[in-house]
Amino acid sequence: MAATAETVEKVQSLSERYKYGFVTDIETDMAPKGLSEDIVRFISAKKNEPEWLLEWRLKAYRHWLEMPEPQWAKVDFPEIDYQDAYYYAAPKMKDQPKSLDEVDPKLLETYEKLGIPLREQEILAGVAVDAVFDSVSVATTFKHKLEEVGVIFCSISEALQEHPELVRKYLGTVVPYADNKHACLNSAVFTDGSFVYIPPGVRCPMELSTYFRINEQNTGQFERTLIIADEGSYVSYLEGCTAPMRDENQLHAAVVELIALKDAEIKYSTVQNWYPGDEDGKGGIYNFVTKRGDCRGDYSKISWTQVETGSAITWKYPSCLLRGDHSVGEFYSIAITNNRQQADTGTKMVHLGRNTKSRIISKGISAGRSQQTYRGLVRMGSKAEGARNYTQCDSLLIGESCGAHTVPYIESKNRSAQVEHEATTSRISEDQLFYCRQRGIPEEDAVALVVNGFCREVLQQLPMEFAVEAQKLVGISLEGSVG
Amino acid sequence: MAKSLVSTEPYAAQFEALQATLPDSPLAERRLQALARFRELGFPTTRQESWKYTALRSLAGLTPATTTEAPSLDRAPALLADTAAHRLVFVNGLFRAELSDLGELPQGAFIAPLTEALDDETLISDDESGAFALLNQALFQDGALIALERGTLLDQPVILTFVSIDEAEGRSTHPRLVIRLGENSQATVIEHHLGYGEALGLSNLVSSVHLATGAKLDHVVLQTEEAQVQHIATRRVTVGRDATYDSFGVTLGAGMSRNEIEVSLEGTGASCALDGTYLLAGTQHGDLTSTIHHRAEHTTSRETVKGALAGKARGVFQGKIVVEPGAQKTDGRMMNKTLLLSDKAEIDSKPELEIFADDVQCAHGATAGELDANALFYLRARGIPEGRARALLVEAFLADVIELCPVEALREELRDRAGRWLAEASHEEAAA
Repeated sequence: MAATAETVEKVQSLSERYKYGFVTDIETDMAPKGLSEDIVRFISAKKNEPEWLLEWRLKAYRHWLEMPEPQWAKVDFPEIDYQDAYYYAAPKMKDQPKSLDEVDPKLLETYEKLGIPLREQEILAGVAVDAVFDSVSVATTFKHKLEEVGVIFCSISEALQEHPELVRKYLGTVVPYADNKHACLNSAVFTDGSFVYIPPGVRCPMELSTYFRINEQNTGQFERTLIIADEGSYVSYLEGCTAPMRDENQLHAAVVELIALKDAEIKYSTVQNWYPGDEDGKGGIYNFVTKRGDCRGDYSKISWTQVETGSAITWKYPSCLLRGDHSVGEFYSIAITNNRQQADTGTKMVHLGRNTKSRIISKGISAGRSQQTYRGLVRMGSKAEGARNYTQCDSLLIGESCGAHTVPYIESKNRSAQVEHEATTSRISEDQLFYCRQRGIPEEDAVALVVNGFCREVLQQLPMEFAVEAQKLVGISLEGSVG
Repeated sequence: MAKSLVSTEPYAAQFEALQATLPDSPLAERRLQALARFRELGFPTTRQESWKYTALRSLAGLTPATTTEAPSLDRAPALLADTAAHRLVFVNGLFRAELSDLGELPQGAFIAPLTEALDDETLISDDESGAFALLNQALFQDGALIALERGTLLDQPVILTFVSIDEAEGRSTHPRLVIRLGENSQATVIEHHLGYGEALGLSNLVSSVHLATGAKLDHVVLQTEEAQVQHIATRRVTVGRDATYDSFGVTLGAGMSRNEIEVSLEGTGASCALDGTYLLAGTQHGDLTSTIHHRAEHTTSRETVKGALAGKARGVFQGKIVVEPGAQKTDGRMMNKTLLLSDKAEIDSKPELEIFADDVQCAHGATAGELDANALFYLRARGIPEGRARALLVEAFLADVIELCPVEALREELRDRAGRWLAEASHEEAAA
């Protein structure tokens, strides 16, 4: 694309508000409103699930009833009425589509608007996409090509039918059903999500990607992602999320479990752009997500990269359990909050094995009247000989009514373990803005430019195609924050 | 909420027994209220965020006994013995005039045991909220008052020596310290907490410090209590416009200690430093918890805490900088560094920033680990034996922070004590 055309497009996209705020009118198949054991059974039956899973769901549901809501995060919202939501909403389809041609064209159109032309991607981009619409997975592209090398990439309901032994072996082993209230709810009512299995020694030939979208009103989305990288394998996985603009809050309580066996590596990137609510904080998604990776084998590696720009409330701590010796955990994060968004996000690095290493780079940008918190834990277990952690958390403040908070927990029980933590908070530099403006760059663009520079370390970690998108998102999210 | 490990009832009983002997004052009513509130709250548990890392396990074994007469003591050890100073000595919470030497006080300075000033109700602040502070409010028998009128400069330091004698179990003392500095006045206050005896005892100090416009206070606390002592200190400081509060804390003693400091920078240009060090060995547990509120523009804070942990010691650092809305041009820096000298030592560090204003510069850092292997190799390559090389590096690590002690005359003493501690710790390490 010519430079000028690109500029025009960029300016256009900057002036856009939440461009994913449309609703697709599709007939859906819904469960009755509310939550009860019957709903759990209904979901399980709908998905034709094995008995053990239903039992597991029910166990989770019963536990959920007892569990208290987590109160420690620095977020503020009215109590959630769990009965006032639909827990299952699926686009109506006559039969399971065999290929993309059978998928409802309206759905495909939606994805095209979202910037994921499934068809084109199948041919051109070489990115395999699993798209989850409300509660169920609609299409998985590139399946055959992946099958050739033995990679399993499908929706988790499909995996339950076709590879029940794999799912049963790993499901809930990283995030147990009773982990926290939101994960517990997810375990009871999860409707779909992606399942990835990379066989030993295979380097997944393409980036895998999932797109989540909440379309239906009053629905919660509870997807569950399970990725297993068997010995010596590698996979890079990307998820993106959007939702229509609605006045009421919608709940998204997902669980992601990653398992890296010996010598395996998983790279998990997220671009989260759920509807953040309007300027006055009306509407928007509650994004309460539990993500955890388990470096089970020696020399394994799990790397989380996240760009969090959406959601009214974000409550999310992608973590790594570094169990295998010499395993590595990474967390790169950009979180941008504007208007009245609230984000409480961070990571946990739990070093258990010898010579384990972790690195945390977190960049937070708060603007408007938003509140943002980095909350992280680095724990060096007593057996973590020679473990190493480096943490850097920087916050940028734009406007005098926003807040930025840093709450790191550092616990070390091993003297040979080395922990370093650094954090800074400051305002966007006047000098840098002045420099840009002097050269004729409008203030808003100058802010986007400076912020992009501030985030560069993290943006670099994203797969190429998405780095560009993320950069644009940074601009859009901050729109209206200056002047 | 989980039930506390420690029951409040014995303390209520202690209050009953003490009530008749407590100094009579308009405070009697407040004591009762504080006790009631304390019983309602109960002792903190690890379920409370601010007490997450500190359990009151050993305190559970203590049955507080009533003492109205302190055991005899001929002489109290003196810090800076050769220096002229205003000295007050307390033994088991009670003021001992014969051991003290107030010296000559300049015009405008009032330094006395608190019991002599209890008619002034404002001296005991109302808004105690923590369980230990409330308990102190109910049970305090004596303490010190240091008040300077506007423009008074105190040349000599005030040295407060708190001696705990724990020959019989059950000492439960609650001294109180009140420091009020008027406009543009200056003072240096040194607290020394030490003791004798091997029985379980509780020292529960509450200090309240108030600095008016332009006042300056250098405040050093040296805590070297015995291994069975449970030492709790709660300090609340308000710093007025252009006033400076420089404090330095050294934690060497007590089986379990907790220093909780809350500083509020209330006026434009106010600044504070909360520096210090902790050197813990054996099964010691040392907790340093601080909150610095920046409530006005152009306020500055610095907190540099370095410590070394040997044996099975556990260190806890919880520091929090809060920048309130409107406190623009704030500069807040916090650093916590810990050396782990043994395999069983543990550090839990939680440096926190809470920022509600945008034109600020705030930073914090934390590190934990052992001595730098390269530096050690460098020294050994030059023929310095390993033990000596290690000692050198630890000394260098601590020398940095000791330099921050605002009372220069004390630095040598602190370096000495650090050196002795280190020698002992490495000796034990070698024996283990």
